[in-house]
Amino acid sequence: MSEKTEKTERLSVFKTYKLYIGGKFPRSESGRVYEVTTATSAADAAGKGKWLANAPLSSRKDARDAVVAARKAFGGWSGATAYNRGQILYRIAEMLEGRREQFVREVADAEGLSKSKAAAQVDAAIDRWVWYAGWTDKIAQVVGGGNPVAGPFFNLSSPEPTGVVAVLAPQESSFLGLVSVVAPVIATGNTAVVIASEKSPLPALSLGEVLATSDLPGGVVNILSGRTAEIAAPLAAHQDVNAIDLAGADDVLAKELEIAAADNLKRVLRPQPVDYATTPGTERMTAFLETKTVWHPTGSLGASGSSY
Amino acid sequence: MASAFVYAPAPESRAIVDIAPSYGLFIDGEFTEAADGKVFKTVSPSSEEVLSEIAQAGSEDVDRAVRAARKAFGTWSALPGSERAKYLFRIARIIQERSRELAVLETLDNGKPIKETRDADLPLVAAHFFYYAGWADKLDHAGFGANPRPLGVAGQVIPWNFPLLMLAWKIAPALATGNTVVLKPAETTPLSALFFADICRQAGLPRGVVNILPGYGDTGAALVAHPDVNKVAFTGSTAVGKEIARAVAGSHKKVTLELGGKGANIVFDDAPIDQAVEGIVNGIFFNQGQVCCAGSRLLVQESVQDELLDSLKRRLSTLRLGDPLDKNTDIGAINSAEQLSRITSLVAQGEAEGAERWSPACELPESGYWFAPTLFTNVTQAHTVARDEIFGPVLSVLTFRTPDEAVAKANNTPYGLSAGIWTEKGSRILAVANKLRAGVVWSNTFNKFDPTSPFGGYKESGFGREGGRHGLEGYLDV
Repeated sequence: MSEKTEKTERLSVFKTYKLYIGGKFPRSESGRVYEVTTATSAADAAGKGKWLANAPLSSRKDARDAVVAARKAFGGWSGATAYNRGQILYRIAEMLEGRREQFVREVADAEGLSKSKAAAQVDAAIDRWVWYAGWTDKIAQVVGGGNPVAGPFFNLSSPEPTGVVAVLAPQESSFLGLVSVVAPVIATGNTAVVIASEKSPLPALSLGEVLATSDLPGGVVNILSGRTAEIAAPLAAHQDVNAIDLAGADDVLAKELEIAAADNLKRVLRPQPVDYATTPGTERMTAFLETKTVWHPTGSLGASGSSY
Repeated sequence: MASAFVYAPAPESRAIVDIAPSYGLFIDGEFTEAADGKVFKTVSPSSEEVLSEIAQAGSEDVDRAVRAARKAFGTWSALPGSERAKYLFRIARIIQERSRELAVLETLDNGKPIKETRDADLPLVAAHFFYYAGWADKLDHAGFGANPRPLGVAGQVIPWNFPLLMLAWKIAPALATGNTVVLKPAETTPLSALFFADICRQAGLPRGVVNILPGYGDTGAALVAHPDVNKVAFTGSTAVGKEIARAVAGSHKKVTLELGGKGANIVFDDAPIDQAVEGIVNGIFFNQGQVCCAGSRLLVQESVQDELLDSLKRRLSTLRLGDPLDKNTDIGAINSAEQLSRITSLVAQGEAEGAERWSPACELPESGYWFAPTLFTNVTQAHTVARDEIFGPVLSVLTFRTPDEAVAKANNTPYGLSAGIWTEKGSRILAVANKLRAGVVWSNTFNKFDPTSPFGGYKESGFGREGGRHGLEGYLDV
């Protein structure tokens, strides 16, 4: 050992950012990555970009793998009790709270925000999970109910999840926006294939690590990074995808995808201006719900031995 | 019939719960003695062992607690719903974490089997807080118009049969909607409410939002009558419910009452008998029959009476009565000497009036309050055991020939809390359910509870609903 006690700064360990598919963390099957820097974020577009990481550049095959995983998870997740889903969404909030500092750093880097502004985004994102955790077992009473039909029938309408939902996460709000579009999809029992913000995918990829440790079954949420247009096209055309949220698409891409989605009549949520800082309503849930109405005869009270 | 299986004792350890020798009132975030220094003892009904000495709230303490709740109301009701929600989520999670401790505590103080406190009471308690937590920031969506406002201070009086669950049914919706509460637990089961006070501390709940006042009926009466209480919620007997209705007359207090019952469990000839027998047993022997919605009247179609009763008697012979902390125990202790004597005298009256009494061979422990599972056959609608709520493990069996007769008999009671229907035919279930004057109708099941599902009575079983979206209304100024 040298007698000189020159103190060298400890070299940090970089994280390899990976996709989140079927509860596992694979690299892109294509072997491709793309460079994510602070400069790629809108907030710092003119500035000198600091290298952050190499993110997987997902292929259409990754997208298809994600759909397979989401479909496989759908039966169990949609069949879980609403209470159970609520518990798990709340668990996600708990896990995020514990990793708050990490996400504040990642969101600050990704969106060129100050520490305090990034912290506000992360806090709001944690609270958003709590908001949707409470919705899982309430939405049915708000949008469903008994129907007073003019006849001797019991008639009940209940919401059911539509299936596998492709979600194009917002491009600008890399974390709060992401959580705001993913949570409502899975709260009601759908499963999701999510395309992270193209420029700022790192908070989304880190969210996968939180989901993996929150009792959320693998495949309920699958997260892909890469070129939005490249990944979204096969998802919009995929015959085993039931719906698509176009939040992260520009107008031209949104129209193209909506046309492709028409092939199997996917439910489409068009992009719209959203202030993710404000409390949402129920619209991001109802967009991906079916209504099932059940009829059953009630018979009639009559003489002894009558039909009822 | 000799027991088919002999079970070795499998007692749950009581080491998990640490009961202090004495407890105070919980007012404004602190434990405090009663103003007049009065105390009472709470005993374990299975052994008559004194568990702890409890401060007994008088009217001065009621006033102090209501003032604390009033003071806390301003800040609490002004919090964003999302922040109130997070307090309730914390409480739900802490209850889950401490649920085994609370289950053992409840079994010790109440006498009900650990199997029930562990698998029914405590999971429902946590679920109830979790459910109403989620409503706190969604009241605009609950169907009462935009921004519905809380009432103020809620005075809540709960019974001894499901001490912590009734606390949850009262406190969770009250806090979610922005009210503050003063709650009086029953004199025979004050401990879990006092442990709940500690959970409020762990959750960091602001002082004064929840106040717990153990005491007897006079404490409850003082709370209900207090002029600065805006809401009265009571679960208990119909007689006391009527007193409360008189006491609040002419005031602006909003009232919900969840009272007694004499539930009919109707078994049609096409019912799956084995399944029905399980439902009947669950309906009347769950919690020793000390359940307001118990299926205490069995209405069986004449053609299957013999078959059903044979099965039922066989099944009753396998029920295990004894140490409530034993994990194999089906039937625990009756909650108090007073309740035991009420059951005993009603059963004696049943015999005197000519109904036929039957119990399986059943050895009762020497200390504590016990009553063997009991059936009455040859019961008519005029018999006391068919009319009065016994609130014990006593089932009265009546028969019917036609569905109309079943409905008429089921509704022939001043109560209207629950009913059961057993048949394979869906249209018959729904037609009969339509005709029953009861707030909860279970078909091919019984005694099912869920925080999302409204619960409450018709007629003299009370008014208002607890649970579900409907349960918010009783705590909102709408």
